[in-house]
Amino acid sequence: MTDLSKLTIASARDAMRKGELSSVELTNAYLGAIEGSGVLNAFVHNTPEIAKAQALAADKRIKAGNAPDMCGIPLGIKDLFCTKGVDSQAASGILKGFKPEYESTVTTQLFDAGAVMLGKLNMDEFAMGSSNETSVYGDVVNPWKIDDRNLTPGGSSGGSAAAVAADLCLGATGTDTGGSIRQPAAFTGITGIKPTYGRVSRWGVVAFASSLDQAGPMTKDVRDAAIMLEAMCGFDPKDSTSADLAVPNFEAMLTGDIKGKVIGIPKEYHMEGMPAEIEALWADGTAMLKAAGAQIRDISLPHTKYALPAYYVIAPAEASSNLARYDGVRFGHRAKLAAGDGITEMYEKTRAEGFGSEVQRRVMVGTYVLSAGFYDAYYNRARKVRALIKRDFDEVFAAGVDAVLTPATPSAAFGLGEMKNADPIQMYLNDVFTVTVNLAGLPGIAVPTGLDSKGLPLGLQLIGRPWEEGDLLNVAYSLEQSAGFVAKPNKWW
Amino acid sequence: MRAKAIGDEVLRDGGRAGKRKPKVYPPFWRHIMSIDTETARRVAKLARIKVEEEALPALAQEFSAILGFIEQLNEVDVEGIEPMTSVTPQRLYRRKDVVTDGGQQAAILKNAPDAREGFFAVPKVVE
Repeated sequence: MTDLSKLTIASARDAMRKGELSSVELTNAYLGAIEGSGVLNAFVHNTPEIAKAQALAADKRIKAGNAPDMCGIPLGIKDLFCTKGVDSQAASGILKGFKPEYESTVTTQLFDAGAVMLGKLNMDEFAMGSSNETSVYGDVVNPWKIDDRNLTPGGSSGGSAAAVAADLCLGATGTDTGGSIRQPAAFTGITGIKPTYGRVSRWGVVAFASSLDQAGPMTKDVRDAAIMLEAMCGFDPKDSTSADLAVPNFEAMLTGDIKGKVIGIPKEYHMEGMPAEIEALWADGTAMLKAAGAQIRDISLPHTKYALPAYYVIAPAEASSNLARYDGVRFGHRAKLAAGDGITEMYEKTRAEGFGSEVQRRVMVGTYVLSAGFYDAYYNRARKVRALIKRDFDEVFAAGVDAVLTPATPSAAFGLGEMKNADPIQMYLNDVFTVTVNLAGLPGIAVPTGLDSKGLPLGLQLIGRPWEEGDLLNVAYSLEQSAGFVAKPNKWW
Repeated sequence: MRAKAIGDEVLRDGGRAGKRKPKVYPPFWRHIMSIDTETARRVAKLARIKVEEEALPALAQEFSAILGFIEQLNEVDVEGIEPMTSVTPQRLYRRKDVVTDGGQQAAILKNAPDAREGFFAVPKVVE
């Protein structure tokens, strides 16, 4: 039996090419692991028939030679991606029973490269949440456990993070609008990269905030992130914001040599009340990059403080517009109507029944900030602040900084339910270090670099120049090598 | 476009962080910071989400908290800054204006809660 906990995409690929391992064998092992993981609630729609058929085809392709890197690799797919004929409901009640008649560009590319889909992964409803507690399928449980509490895997890509950390798949797709790949990656001790806005097609990915949403891979290490990202990237005429740029061989760029690279340390990320452990982790990471030959430079990103408030205008505004399509007419849920109910009652009842409370809250905040009289005061002002946040980064990059190092999250994973009575803003603060990257459209990666005193994983974030994911991955690779993070959760489920 | 933006004076007076001028809020601005039940009801209606009457005060309170958080944006000097429309300077991709797809009526109706005779069915809209 294959030891799934030691396998990576790269090592599985190499073993399959050498004929030491077959995709069918690997796929069956993962399907078995998923079967025994119900308590984690990571996989919500299993697709074993599709997986087995894809694995069989992948084995043939590998045998024939010249198979792509992702050929035969078993993956989990976030529920936000439309997959043809397979439930795709963005963890929302309003899309219950929705089986798309089309395939998202990302999953099309992955399947064309021979990847295997094990099933769909849990997430926060419409990707709105930082703890995976807003899902219609129920909470995802973090495989990391230090006492009798169940911990959050983070969100919104919480199912993806838990599945990769618990060895239920070799990699997973995630999406990131304000930190939804990087925060859960940090909470579960895995690697997650959000590429430059426009790198990965958004076509067929259920929209949350279109100017911020980007998909990316969530994997066990940086090399796997490079391999999987390459398969996901590329120009797509079906997404008008997709960039018509060549996709480099990211894996080939992982030399680990970062001599002379300039790493910026932004002073504004020293947040008030930040745990000493996070400060220490950040200082350690800085020292590691310096020891590897990078030049460390203190920088300032003066508008950092305003990123979260700007985000909580722009994201709900776009969401209120994007989610207007859920009206009970063309797909998904429609409420049972009372005698005499007209079309307005149908909309109102359908949306009240179908959307969870966090989604309703954000749709209404978005409606408010876009309403007549407030559009300038809120929405336009937030877009101006967004321009300033981007300018902060443009200026440091223009001054020669190659990458920016920050903490990924302000804390380690917290207990499920612990934030239940906190006001929504407390939850929003989880994304304080990640949200700037979405507003500026930059690539950002979370790399696990240590454990806290209780034994929970902590991660650092590296932010790169636009379109330079290859260089960013290489700095992350160097950090990963120096940190030597190998801890895994004990299997208790 | 509105002729004169509500709160424009206040926003211009925001001042830079660090050398903040004292702000004088006109009455409507105070209203923005604290959402009342009536406003919550109106927003729910605009968003086409049915909210029960007894849930409105709590909702109004949540809105107030979130909008209070957003108020921080008024500290930023945005004089002369264009609102961002696209994070990357590239032009939107354009294709030839030709039919590229079609004839998919069955696929389009497949997920409809109520489809009849090739149409989406909804409650009576016109009397």
